[in-house]
Amino acid sequence: MGQSITVTVNGEQRSAEVEPRLLLVHFLREKLRLTGTHIGCDTTHCGACTVLVEGTPVKSCTMLAVQADGQQVTTVEGLLTGGALHPIQAAFKQEHGLQCGFCTPGMMLTSVALLQEKPDPTDDEIRWALSGNICRCTGYMNIVKAVKSAAAQMKAAAAVPAETAAARS
Amino acid sequence: MLPAPFEYHAPKTLDEALDLLDQLGDEGKVLAGGQSLIPLLKLRFASPAHLVDINRIKELDFIEERDGTLRIGPLFRHKAAERSSLLASRYQVMADAAPQIADPIIRNRGTIAGSVAHADPSGDWGTVLLALDADLVLRSKSGSRTVKVRDFFSGPFSTALQPTEILSEIRIPVARAQTGGAYLKLERKVGDFATVAVAVHLQMDDGKVGSAGIGLTAVGPQNIKAERAEAALNGARLDDSTIKEAATLAAEAAEPKADHRGSVEYKRNVVRVFTERGLKRAYERARGGG
Repeated sequence: MGQSITVTVNGEQRSAEVEPRLLLVHFLREKLRLTGTHIGCDTTHCGACTVLVEGTPVKSCTMLAVQADGQQVTTVEGLLTGGALHPIQAAFKQEHGLQCGFCTPGMMLTSVALLQEKPDPTDDEIRWALSGNICRCTGYMNIVKAVKSAAAQMKAAAAVPAETAAARS
Repeated sequence: MLPAPFEYHAPKTLDEALDLLDQLGDEGKVLAGGQSLIPLLKLRFASPAHLVDINRIKELDFIEERDGTLRIGPLFRHKAAERSSLLASRYQVMADAAPQIADPIIRNRGTIAGSVAHADPSGDWGTVLLALDADLVLRSKSGSRTVKVRDFFSGPFSTALQPTEILSEIRIPVARAQTGGAYLKLERKVGDFATVAVAVHLQMDDGKVGSAGIGLTAVGPQNIKAERAEAALNGARLDDSTIKEAATLAAEAAEPKADHRGSVEYKRNVVRVFTERGLKRAYERARGGG
């Protein structure tokens, strides 16, 4: 029954024999032990299990692992680079964008995809983009703040090398 | 929750998929976006022995106007509909509906054709296609046939689609000048199914209604085409009394059931109000307004 798949998870090729019925979220959590991806409702409502597949947010409880064969998947573990927090992680920490933290990995991954597409989103655009991710604690105010703060940080960081280059020339 | 075991197939071409479905017969099931089917598999409401995943058949993801017809492929996703400038400019009933489907993450994967084939009476796209008087191309290994969307639904989650067939194309008559549409949906929260929704598509002709399409969501055993309301509009000037009459007829066409989302009377009244508003909005748009 097993089917062999190779998925690039957080930049690393991972191969495994899986049953076709294995959901992507179980592949990540149980086969790869990447437990940062959470299972909330298990019924495609809450968004806690959101990961990026080829850069696009997907509910990993509603996709089969075999469907990710040959594709790029990013989980919350992949946001960290060289031990440094991704700006979205730093901003959630700084702005208290979480309380219990259960929805946070999904919130952050959806936000990362939003900021890729819209580097300077309005409050409405943030709320709209995150409307498939449910948070039971925060009331969303600080989540929106965190995304705005991350957007500002990322813009500033992107501007620095350009200015340095300009100063040199 | 794990689905029951099944065998998985990921064909790269449509012919390969049709061959597979032909061999598998009743045991095969097409997997498109999977945003309805995978939850059903997990709940074990469905347990097909074989899944034929069409996501790797890239040529099935298309939208184009050709030979007087808007053609939409089986892998055209809600998100693409939400972003389509073609739909925004000329097929407003679709552009209105797209961002109201489920939530943004589900829209990244779910497809229009998959939603129609799933035939949930609370699904939105079937209603939209009823208003647009669409044709559905059902293709199997032995050939293809075209079915009017109004003949496609036969009850909750049941359709004219055979297990060996794929809904290979949605065909909508190309919008001419002076068309306008609207989709109004009442939902308790983002991602909920509609309490009630109404789709309206109008083709105006010299100040009169050339043709009108009205579809109703979540108020019956399947998406409903409000044909008497449409007939009352065809050829008429769109004044307040005509709009009121059509809205009353649309409300009469609804067959809602009382549930936690509302009573029969409430839902019927929402149909009436939304039909009025939808007609006014569609009319505005047909005349070139917002």
